[in-house]
Formats: sequence, C-alpha cells, structure tokens
Amino acid sequence: MDFQLTPEEEAFRDDVRAFLDENLPAEEDREPLFMLEWTRKVREQRWVGFSWPREVGGGGGSIMQQVILKEEMAKRNAPQLGSCFMGLAWVGPSIIQYGSEEQKKKYIPEILDGAYQWCTGYSEPDSGSDLASLKCKCVREGDEYVINGQKTWTSIAMWSKMIILLVRTETEVEHKHDGITCLLVAMDDPGVEVRPIRNMAGGAIFAEVFFTDVRVPLENRLGEEGQGWQVTLSALANERSSISEVYGLRSKMEELKELARRTVRAGCPAIENPSIRRRIQRADIRVEAMRLNGLRFITKQLKGQPLGSETSINKLHRASLEIEIGELAMEIAGSASTLTRGADEAPDGGSWAQVALSWPDVVIGGGTPNIQRNIIAERILGLPKD
Amino acid sequence: MSTGCFACRHSEKPIRARMRVLVKRAGSDRLHAPLRRSANQSLRRGARKREHMNFGFSEEQELLRAEVRKFLDQNAALEEVRRIVETPEGFDRNLWNRAAELGWVGLTMPEENGGMGLGLVTLLVVLEETGRSLFPSPLISTVLAAKAIERLGSTDQRARWLPGLADGSKIATFALLEESDNLAPEGISLAAKRDGDVTLLSGRKLYVPDAGSADLFVVAFRSGSGPEDVSLAVLEKGASGTTASDFPAMDLTKRLGKLELAGARVADDAILGEPGTAWPSIRWLIDLGAALVTAEAVGAAEGALELTRDFAKERTQFDSPIGRFQGVKHPLAEMYVDIESYKSLTYYAFWALDEDEPDASLAVSRAKVYASESFPEAGILGVQLHGAVGFTWEYDIQLYLKRAKWLRPMFGDADYHYHRIAAVGGL
Ligand SMILES: Cc1cc2nc3c(=O)[nH]c(=O)nc-3n(C[C@H](O)[C@H](O)[C@H](O)COP(=O)(O)OP(=O)(O)OC[C@H]3O[C@@H](n4cnc5c(N)ncnc54)[C@H](O)[C@@H]3O)c2cc1C
Ligand SMILES: Cc1cc2nc3c(=O)[nH]c(=O)nc-3n(C[C@H](O)[C@H](O)[C@H](O)COP(=O)(O)OP(=O)(O)OC[C@H]3O[C@@H](n4cnc5c(N)ncnc54)[C@H](O)[C@@H]3O)c2cc1C
Repeated sequence: MDFQLTPEEEAFRDDVRAFLDENLPAEEDREPLFMLEWTRKVREQRWVGFSWPREVGGGGGSIMQQVILKEEMAKRNAPQLGSCFMGLAWVGPSIIQYGSEEQKKKYIPEILDGAYQWCTGYSEPDSGSDLASLKCKCVREGDEYVINGQKTWTSIAMWSKMIILLVRTETEVEHKHDGITCLLVAMDDPGVEVRPIRNMAGGAIFAEVFFTDVRVPLENRLGEEGQGWQVTLSALANERSSISEVYGLRSKMEELKELARRTVRAGCPAIENPSIRRRIQRADIRVEAMRLNGLRFITKQLKGQPLGSETSINKLHRASLEIEIGELAMEIAGSASTLTRGADEAPDGGSWAQVALSWPDVVIGGGTPNIQRNIIAERILGLPKD
Repeated sequence: MSTGCFACRHSEKPIRARMRVLVKRAGSDRLHAPLRRSANQSLRRGARKREHMNFGFSEEQELLRAEVRKFLDQNAALEEVRRIVETPEGFDRNLWNRAAELGWVGLTMPEENGGMGLGLVTLLVVLEETGRSLFPSPLISTVLAAKAIERLGSTDQRARWLPGLADGSKIATFALLEESDNLAPEGISLAAKRDGDVTLLSGRKLYVPDAGSADLFVVAFRSGSGPEDVSLAVLEKGASGTTASDFPAMDLTKRLGKLELAGARVADDAILGEPGTAWPSIRWLIDLGAALVTAEAVGAAEGALELTRDFAKERTQFDSPIGRFQGVKHPLAEMYVDIESYKSLTYYAFWALDEDEPDASLAVSRAKVYASESFPEAGILGVQLHGAVGFTWEYDIQLYLKRAKWLRPMFGDADYHYHRIAAVGGL
C-alpha cells in the first residue's frame, strides 16, 4: 500500500500547479472575459480530452495524471475543462473507439473545441431501465437510413446540434440486444422535432424528440449495423472512476456546513444541533468512503485489470448522498427551506430549494438505484437474474 | 494469480521463514540504508521501487492472505470453532502455538525482540481472515498489549516481555475500562498507592478482552489528580492481589472479562514510561485497538454476506431460489456496498497508522463509525434472510450476528467515534 506519487507524477503535479498559479485567478477575481481565455489556454495545454490519445488531439494522460489533474483543479475550484459535456463524457470516446477515420476527423476536434453541444437519444417512452427493448424504427433505403420513432428525456436536446442515437434496424431477433444500431444525427435534419418537457423544478432541460422520415447517410453510422449495444456499453464503461464526482460532492458538503453554521435554529447555530450534526458527519464519511473506493478502483486499473460492476457501489452512494444533501439543507433551513428565488428570506437565493428538486438528474438519469442493486446482486454476488 | 497452487505446494511452511527470506532479499541490494529498516519498508509499502500509487496489497501480502485462509479453512472451520469456544479457555492452545509459529502474533513486533518488524498493513491481511473465520484467539489482545510495551517501554522492558509474546508462549491484554465504561482519561480511576519502593493498585478493570487467559496485563491506572495524570503498568497473572476471570457473554468466539486488584504490587520497573505521561499513548492504543477490531469486522461481515448469499441461492420458496426475489437480493447488494466502503476506510486507516499520517485518528474513527453502524445491521439482516433456520443455534449465521454485537462497543462505539471525529478536526 502506498499513496505517494512517483517522481514523474510529482513533476506532473508541479507542472499542473504552476500552470494554475499562473493562469487561474482566485474565484472572486475571475473577470467576465476570463472564461474565454481559460478555454483557449486549457485547450492548448491539451487538458480538454486529457485522457484521449494524442493522435486525435487529446492529452494522452495516464490514469494517475488524470487523477492528479482533477484533484488539483478541484482544490482551486477551477472551471470545467471544455464545454461539450456529453461529447467529452461518452460521444467522443465512442467515436474514438468505433468511429471511421472521417468521423474522428470531423467530430473530435469540434467536441474538444466545444463548437456545439451533443445530446443522447437512448431512452424511449417504453424503454427506460430496459433500454435494450427500444423500438425507434430505422430502415435502410439505398445509401441512406430512414428513421421513424420517438426518444424522450433527451437532456439539452433543444440546444444541441448533434444527437447520438440508438435505433432498431432489425426486429426479428432472438436476443433483444441484437439489431440495435448507433447513428450520429444532426438535430436540424428535416423531420426531427424537439418538444421540451418541464421538470418538477420548473425548468425545461430535457425533451421529447420525434423522428419522422429522417434521412441519414450510411456513413453516419457509428460501428457496425447491429452493434449499437456494444458501442453504448463501452461508451458507458468509459465513464471513468467517480473521482471527480467525489470532489463535486465534497464541495457541496462544504456549502452545506456553511449553511448550517450561519443558520440559527432555536437560538443556536444549526450545526450544533446534535441530530443535524450527526447526519452531516454520516454524509461526510460516505463521501470519504467514495473517494477511497475510487482509489481502489484506480489501483485495479493500474494493475491492468478492467473495472467491472464495482462502480455501481459509488453510484449507489452518490444517489443517496444527492438526495440526503438536499434533505439536510431543507432540515437546516426550517421554515425558509421551501422559499424559492425571488424571496429575500430564501437561503442562498433559493438555490437549496433547487438542489432539493434536482436529484433525479443523478438518481434516475444514469440508471436507477434498483438497477444498480440488480447489477451488484447478479454480477458480483452471483444471485439469479429476475 | 494462482495462489491456490502456490499455497498447495507450500502448505504450512512458516510465513516467518518466507518473509525473512523476502526481507533479506529486499535488503541485500540496498547497501547504504540501514539494512533492516529499508528491507522492512520495502515489504511494508509493497515496493519502494513501485511504479504507481497502490491502494492494494503486495504480492507477498496476498500470499500471506492465501496461506492464512488455507490454515484456517483446514484447522478452524466453523464446526471446529464451535467446539473450541465450549472449552474453558475459549481458544485452542495448539492452534495458537501454530499460528505463532507461522508468525502471525509477532508480525508487527520489533525484530530485536523476536518479532518480524512488519507493518500494520500486513497484519491487516491476517485479521481480515481471522475475522472471516471467526477464529477464536487472543491475537488482537496480545498484539495491542505488545504495542503498548513497545511504544512506552524501556529497552529492558521490551526485552523482558516481548519475546514471550512474539513466540506465543505468553498471552497479554490491555486492561483499560472500568465501571464508568468511559474511554476518556477521566474514565481511568483505578487507585495507586505508594508503599516503599512499590506501587499498590486497587480496583476493578472491566470488559478486559481475554482476561481469563492472559499472562500479562497492561493496566491503566490513575497516578495523580490532573485529568490526564494516568500511567500504564505491566502486571503478571497470579501476582498477589490479582484475580482475573471471563464473563459469560453473547459472542462465544470473543472472551471479555474482569481483572480485580486488591493492593496488587507493581515494582517501578513494571511501569511503562514516566509515571503520569501515558495518556497520549493510551489514546493511540485506543485508535489502534479500534482499527484492529474493525479489520476483523471487514472479514467477518464478508463471511456473513457469503453465508447468506449461498443460502439465498439454495433455499427455494415460491418455486424459485429466494435470491431471485428483490426483497432478498437488494438488501444483500446494499450489504455489499457497505462492506466494501468500510473496507476502504479501514485499509486507509491502517496505512495512515503505519505511516503516522496526521489524519490517522480521523481515518480510524471514520472506519469504526461505519463498521459499528453497519456490521450489526448486516448480522440482523443475515439472520432475517435465513428465515426461521436463522434463529436456530445450529445455523452459523447467528455466530456472525453475535460477533457484530461484540464489535459495536469495542474501542468506542459509533457515538464515541463521531465525537472523536469532531475532536480531531473533522466536523
Ligand atoms: C434528469 C434526467 C435526464 C435524463 N437524460 C437522458 C438523456 O439525455 N438521454 C436518455 O436517453 N435518457 C435520459 N434520461 C432517461 C433515463 O435514462 C431513464 O429515466 C432511466 O433509465 C429510467 O427509465 P424510466 O424513466 O423509463 O423508468 P422505468 O424504467 O420505467 O423505471 C421506473 C421505476 O421502476 C424501477 N424498475 C424498473 N425496472 C426494474 C427492475 N427490473 N427491478 C427493480 N426496479 C425496477 C426503476 O428503478 C424506477 O424506480 C434522463 C432521465 C432524467 C430523470
Ligand atoms: C420463533 C418462531 C416461531 C415459529 N412458530 C411457528 C409455529 O408455531 N407454527 C408454524 O407453523 N410455524 C412457525 N414458525 C415458522 C414461520 O412461520 C416461518 O419461519 C415463516 O413463515 C418463514 O418461513 P421460512 O422460515 O421457511 O423462511 P423462508 O420462507 O425460506 O424465507 C427465507 C427468507 O426469504 C424471504 N422470502 C421468501 N420468499 C420471498 C419472496 N417471495 N419475496 C421476498 N422475500 C422472500 C423471507 O422474507 C426470509 O427473509 C415459527 C418461526 C419462528 C422464527
């Protein structure tokens, strides 16, 4: 067991620190134009797509360098690297692994530059947890695919230029995972219609997407026809160990403690209330457990063993913590807890009320807790499938 | 790694001999540094010449684990454990001697006193396995008492007591708690009286692990009126004015007892360190004790999970193995999540203790909080998921439930450690 960095890793960390010292002002000193310059500089530094191979424009960073970079960035509350969230998270990795040379040349630089947004068209009204049952119809006509069907819960569809889409090219299959194909489709193609859906927090961030006789050239297929399920799985597996989520949770916990320190309940700061305090401590311990679980997963990767279903451990922790943080904030804030933006009395301008209504993004969006429990019980514990 | 094969070929070859070879080998190419120390470090850390951060075990440590597990499977299966715990001492002398022979007891004790001078992370591997098997033995008690002697004792004192502990011929324990059941310094009120050139101790020590079988007691007593004015002395079994015995208690695989002192004589050379200065070391020993029992709890909880998982695959109701029902499989998945999580916290705590990291206490308390809350839940769940047979004496799951209840208060329950977390800089 050893948590010390090697000399080369230390040198890398020092480089990262030096860069941040020079180019990242303290949060309160970041001018409006700062982001423009930051975006250009981190791109030059090849920190956007840092884990991707250098040939495609990535940084070629090793697993440990990725961890170090994320940690140093988190320590200073540095802004995100790159702006094309889904492109960087899984569309890019899928294209790098399965895409043609033309696809790589065309899309990867644009993802790295954040030229536009990508969205993800997997879920359908009748295919959620059971994604492989998806029905969105796609037939081949000459050198084109013709798509007819519907996707839903598609985050940021209304602001995206491209969609990574799963369609069914074959209906007579023995196994429902076969006959699925992955396509890259432009959202402004004729026949694509987006209808935003308002969520319980009041915003409209996801949408229904309808496809009516949408024609897509064959070369927009990612991977082989019928290989869409594998393309999707490896893309999701590309979601690296959850270290950066841990930093996100940590900073949320710090804000929560801050709230508990300055909120006075029954004459004393909420943080001194034994039951609130205990719940904060419990959550803190779980965040630390997530960090250390993540380090164990990384160790496994460093030893050349692939990560399996154990990442579901941290997904379950994260789901509970996202909910618990919102609930704790409500409990701390008392009668003011449900006030929203616009009310002077709303703590932190109503942002906690927003937090308490936003957890489904994480809890439902990435595969529900029940599905994670099934994965652990069946794939790790070897219990029979239901 | 085919540890199975390796273990076959080398079955019961003492770890000590093999570790020593490794220690020597590791030492031989490092002529500048003091041999022994650098060799130990390379074993302890997995490898100084490592390439990466490594939150896992070295190959030697994995081999050790395989051999410990094999030894326990062969010699201390649960059926045998049940027989052993019904004997008066509650553990098997023969197995204890063989375990000592294999190097488990002296693993972390100094080499000059007959130990192997290895780190706590290596001991962790042994404890996970003794926990998994619910192996009844005074291992943790003896290791902890030895650490007290090593930390506070003079060279003479170490030479006097440690070799007998390292080779298993003597058993030791740490007698800390009293009626107050309080792990703070004010919980120690055992009275000391000066009589000529000796100290006389009178009072009762309670909840002393393995009290009935210990040959040596490291006893905490009050040496002055200042809040932290406490000291440690080593008392030998049977000395005049001392009586030790075990309580009847729920977990038969762990003995808890009392030590009664009525003017027990302590010569000055049996007091560890300067009188009145022991508190910081006692504090550290409480952390260490909490870490050691939590390491066993990791293995024990895995044992409980495995037993219940296997039962759920076998037991059929409603024409299906019950393990197919989500009412059974989901709680088992949650149990797995918890065990893996306090396992990570525990591993880190051991490393932090070995390296004397500033956050070692914090790390121990986090691990113990999680284990104290979660392992007892797992024990209850295990019994419940067995249905009525879980409630029988005959089925083994109840043994794990009892171990979980033993663990909860040992070296501080969750409440105590939540307060510790606050005291050492957490919230
Ligand atoms: C904020 C948000 C953003 C999203 N963004 C996208 C996106 O960008 N692109 C996209 O494709 N999708 C997106 N999704 C959809 C998301 O992937 C699905 O909501 C999710 O997979 C669950 O599917 P469902 O909503 O149809 O629920 P269902 O699958 O109908 O599940 C309903 C309930 O039943 C439970 N359940 C289902 N099956 C089982 C089982 N076998 N055992 C036990 N319990 C079960 C579930 O856990 C859940 O609690 C988003 C969702 C949300 C909430
Ligand atoms: C103290 C005690 C006294 C008793 N006295 C009597 C008595 O006087 N007379 C008598 O006839 N019986 C008696 N019983 C038996 C009792 O009714 C049964 O133990 C009970 O019905 C459960 O059956 P089982 O033990 O076979 O467990 P199982 O049915 O094998 O269940 C094992 C586990 O699987 C779970 N499980 C089973 N099926 C499902 C499912 N479909 N979905 C989710 N989970 C499932 C159960 O909840 C349980 O946790 C007694 C039991 C006890 C413990």
